[in-house]
Amino acid sequence: MSATPGDNRLNLCIQCGSCGGSCPSGAEMDHTPRRLFALIRADAREAVLRSNAPWYCVSCYYCTVRCPQEIHITDVMYTLKSMAIKAGLFHDAALPGFSETFVDYVEKYGRSFELGLATRFNLRHHPLSLAGMAPLGLGMLKRGRMDLTPHRIDGMAQLTAILDKAKALEGGLQ
Amino acid sequence: MQRNARPYLDSLLAIREDIDLELQEIEDWNCCGATEYMSVHRVAAHALVGRNLALARDQARDTDLLTAGCSACYLNLAKTDAQMREDAGLKDTVNQALAAGGLEYEPGAMKVRHLLDLVCHDIGYDAVKARVVKPLHGLKVAAYYGCQVVRPDYDSRWDSHEHPTAMDKLLAALGAEPVEWSLKTQCCGGHMSVIGPDVAFGLIRRLIHGAQEAGADLVVTLCPMCQLNLDAYQVEMNKHFHTDYQVPVLYFTQLMGLAFGKKPKDLGIGKEFVDAAPALAKIQAEAPKVAEAKRKRRPKPGDALPMPGME
Amino acid sequence: MAGQELIEQDIHEQQLTRVVVAACSPHLHEKTFRGVCERSGMNPYLSEMASIREHVAWVHTDKVAATAKAKAIVSGTVERVLKNDPLEAIRVPIDAQTLVVGGGIAGIQAALEVAEAGYDVYLIEREASLGGHMAQFDKTFPTLDCAACILTPKMASAGAHPKVHLFTWSEVEKVEGFVGNYTVTVKKKPRYVDEDICTGCGICVEKCPVLVVDDKFEAGIGYRKAIYWPFAQAVPNLPVLDTETCTYYIGGKGGCRACEKFCPTVPNSIKFDQKEERVTLKVGNIILATGWDLFNARRIPQYGYGRLANVFTNLELERMCNAAGPTGGKVVLRDGQTAPKRVGIVHCVGSRDRNYNRHCSAICCMQSLKTAHLVKERTGAEVYNFYIDIRTPGKEYDEFYQRVLDDGVHFVRGKVAEISDIPFDPAEASRNGAGTLYIQVEDTLAGMQRRIPVDMVVLAAGLEPRRDSSEVGKTFGIACSSNGWFIEKHAKMDPIATMTEGVFVAGCAGGPKDIPASVSQGSAAAARVLNYIRQGELALEPVRASVLEERCSGCRICNGLCPFNAISFIEERKVTEINAALCQGCGTCVAACPAGAIQGTGFSNEQLFAQIEGLLRDVNRSHEPEVV
Ligand SMILES: Cc1cc2nc3c(=O)[nH]c(=O)nc-3n(C[C@H](O)[C@H](O)[C@H](O)COP(=O)(O)OP(=O)(O)OC[C@H]3O[C@@H](n4cnc5c(N)ncnc54)[C@H](O)[C@@H]3O)c2cc1C
Ligand code: SF4
Ligand code: SF4
Ligand code: SF4
Ligand code: SF4
Repeated sequence: MSATPGDNRLNLCIQCGSCGGSCPSGAEMDHTPRRLFALIRADAREAVLRSNAPWYCVSCYYCTVRCPQEIHITDVMYTLKSMAIKAGLFHDAALPGFSETFVDYVEKYGRSFELGLATRFNLRHHPLSLAGMAPLGLGMLKRGRMDLTPHRIDGMAQLTAILDKAKALEGGLQ
Repeated sequence: MQRNARPYLDSLLAIREDIDLELQEIEDWNCCGATEYMSVHRVAAHALVGRNLALARDQARDTDLLTAGCSACYLNLAKTDAQMREDAGLKDTVNQALAAGGLEYEPGAMKVRHLLDLVCHDIGYDAVKARVVKPLHGLKVAAYYGCQVVRPDYDSRWDSHEHPTAMDKLLAALGAEPVEWSLKTQCCGGHMSVIGPDVAFGLIRRLIHGAQEAGADLVVTLCPMCQLNLDAYQVEMNKHFHTDYQVPVLYFTQLMGLAFGKKPKDLGIGKEFVDAAPALAKIQAEAPKVAEAKRKRRPKPGDALPMPGME
Repeated sequence: MAGQELIEQDIHEQQLTRVVVAACSPHLHEKTFRGVCERSGMNPYLSEMASIREHVAWVHTDKVAATAKAKAIVSGTVERVLKNDPLEAIRVPIDAQTLVVGGGIAGIQAALEVAEAGYDVYLIEREASLGGHMAQFDKTFPTLDCAACILTPKMASAGAHPKVHLFTWSEVEKVEGFVGNYTVTVKKKPRYVDEDICTGCGICVEKCPVLVVDDKFEAGIGYRKAIYWPFAQAVPNLPVLDTETCTYYIGGKGGCRACEKFCPTVPNSIKFDQKEERVTLKVGNIILATGWDLFNARRIPQYGYGRLANVFTNLELERMCNAAGPTGGKVVLRDGQTAPKRVGIVHCVGSRDRNYNRHCSAICCMQSLKTAHLVKERTGAEVYNFYIDIRTPGKEYDEFYQRVLDDGVHFVRGKVAEISDIPFDPAEASRNGAGTLYIQVEDTLAGMQRRIPVDMVVLAAGLEPRRDSSEVGKTFGIACSSNGWFIEKHAKMDPIATMTEGVFVAGCAGGPKDIPASVSQGSAAAARVLNYIRQGELALEPVRASVLEERCSGCRICNGLCPFNAISFIEERKVTEINAALCQGCGTCVAACPAGAIQGTGFSNEQLFAQIEGLLRDVNRSHEPEVV
């Protein structure tokens, strides 16, 4: 948790529920952000890292700007996701999959690639739902809004070097 | 902006001379990581964005302004810059990573601004108004800001995180009539449209329905992700709920182009999923007459109570 | 043996000529220890305090370094006290007249207490009537007494008391002098109604054709005329004319004049040519009771105040519940007719939130319970209170909470996230009907997000310092804390006095509080003032600046700098002179004089250099070059 800027503020949480009340995904979360913070304080590590909440966070930052204690809630959600991935504890294997797939593309091509992302994501996790998504993807092609082939940036070697180094440093931090 | 948001880019290119905006694309930019990368590798995520910041700084000619039209790109650039400024440890780590690619970035060197912020606050409403040749009279528009441009707003660029007015003022300067509605900064569903469509469909329906209820002919956005969710997924949402909403969603740059007298085709109008043509047909040559305010008579018991002003 | 006795004993036994007490800051106990010296036959100014609490114990964690610092501070003070001269306290007479600023409940109470003791009081109120916020309320918690029934008699006695000299529609412009001898300039704004002739018949108000929203007394939900009564029980019972809305003034002094035409008095009471007046008063003490301002709920856009018609503030509800208010005591929606069936009351609006104010406004939990009770009683609506914590720590307060629970009011623990007029989906819309407001909140005890449909929302906006508190503070020479409330001399031991002798604070001017606490502080401030008046004179610190004429070059640099106007220039001799009675020993001129001609008693160069020497003794030693 110490990797998140400002997350040492979690002990300031007064459990008011502004975050849980504001969250557009709040109704779908097994634990609201507020409850997650109570669980963190109660050392309920597994319950926290298995929660679907961080994966349902849409980064709307409502909680962050409304929190009366100025806790950087959205950033804490990011940290919880990466901790859950490392610990191999996710609520639903499909959820981290999206982030990882996205990251894969970025690492391979330097840019995300919507068609590939949506297909790869659907293929890996919800094969049956792919048919339903097809019209949308095709619509994008027809209108010249989505590329059929991913575009690779020129400085890929440079980017890879930077990311490798960053990950090494990150590893060193923990 | 290159693909997904072609109409955004086209319309921006079409109007940039009118508003004296000189743009220079960062050569060989990489993806900002959207919201996803941050969840997997925090330092790498900042390094990824740091590369763009460093490239921008190196390539910038006579400017320190870096603008993005996408909420997520804008937020990530602003966030990396802000957090590197605040956290010296992070700044060092990111720079060590960048050094592996022969780059370096001093936080604060670039001023990261969203395109709308530049248009409204630097170019200004008066300059925009001066360029209007075909005012959008009679067009009722719902200005939709979404989340990540006005929040968390590291450098206090906006008048409100919850109920901003900058785009409304811009649209009014174009002659359109911005409607008052409560959902200006509510979530469009973000990536939930891909990972949890049911959640996203609910959020999209609320926005589209809310805009329609407020009397808007169309929704105006400032971000490709929001545009995609509200436009393309509006069609999916209609299927899901068996509804038939037809609220077109355009970029503010497209409306600026129209008011500046550009051809719709050159502004990428027609590429949207929900056809904007019927809404745009409502544009009139004359400004609609505003009914004169009624004179106040003496209040009697049972009369409406005065409404508090917004100031 | 107690510490003081020990010192006394040592002074006698060891024949001490100087004393240094290393303890807390001199603010609190310098007087105590000077008293000890005086009792033991020493000149009290030959003692000094070394502050090793505020300057050391409270601000450091490294014990070793802190101890070294404490030693250095003590050593500096020892060097300094050696250079102290024996001084005599300056005695000043105390003027027996008192100034009270602010005619809310706290100010009224203070003024009446002083007046009852037989001394003259000038009560200055900025608005056109006494009463303050309490005059706006319907009932008061926890006993639900009618506010007017308990306030009006006090206002009337203050208005009628021969010792209370009332200045309404007035403000203090300038304060000069010092404790016991203040000279105050009061600005009387023109009322355009002659106080001496007007009989208060009210025909002018009736005839005035201009109707405007009254956003002061009626909190924006009622109307008043251009010439108007602040409210029915106003003291003094005089109308006031508002030039910003009056047809005559808007028209550049042309048109209307109906009020004048119908005024029955001879000569006419309406005086369009009345001018601002200045009155100079001599007073010995000042009590500031300027009260609070309501948090501007528009600052939280997600609560919709100003945008959503049926979102109200607590103050609007107070007016609505009041039988003399715009709705005749009916609780209705903004349409003026419909009684709400579902009402949500939101606690902590603008309080306990780092985005707005960090403080707890102290009264809004009780006020929200009161509102819940009144709404329930008048409409039978389902009432929901949304709270983070229920704070009811007063006499009979928690009992009142119990009563409201018993009323069947629902309590939801959660800070409200947002209030929206837009249903989430068609099902929600058809369930709740048009015009519903949705209160979105996490019910933290049930552990789930809820959207509670209501017809009306009441925001418990918090108390804030007066928006002009820092300017007012400057006028009276006192400071505001970082959040804007006036700072008391000591938060626990002296919450009424301020750092400026002779200036006291009472009521909400010093921080949020309820009526009982405001009344108590009004009485307490009066007691402090009466104590000074009875003493007749006061001993002042003999810390004063003086000019060594032979060194003064006559450059006049210091002349304009004195905040107390104590410096004058003697033309004949071309030197500057300082009036010891006016000088407060602030030291501004001492520091400014390029010739070093001004000495501050108690802060001579000799004393300061000795202190610095003492402080640095150890440092100098450790930096001495080692000789090998
Ligand atoms: C909605 C609401 C309901 C409440 N209900 C209750 C209740 O039921 N029971 C209870 O105990 N408490 C209640 N309170 C708290 C109560 O309002 C305060 O305790 C009380 O008003 C404090 O009195 P005061 O004299 O300090 O301040 P105020 O009432 O604010 O009076 C200050 C006066 O000073 C004047 N003034 C200000 N500045 C100047 C200046 N520079 N020069 C001259 N005059 C000036 C003002 O015009 C005003 O008349 C409630 C508060 C709110 C918001
Ligand atoms: S909004 Fe902030 S203080 Fe309130 S529960 Fe959430 S994290 Fe805690
Ligand atoms: S940022 Fe994430 S956790 Fe916070 S309110 Fe938005 S979706 Fe919920
Ligand atoms: S002159 Fe002014 S105050 Fe008098 S009646 Fe006319 S509008 Fe009203
Ligand atoms: S008194 Fe109650 S409602 Fe008011 S700020 Fe304090 S906790 Fe909140």
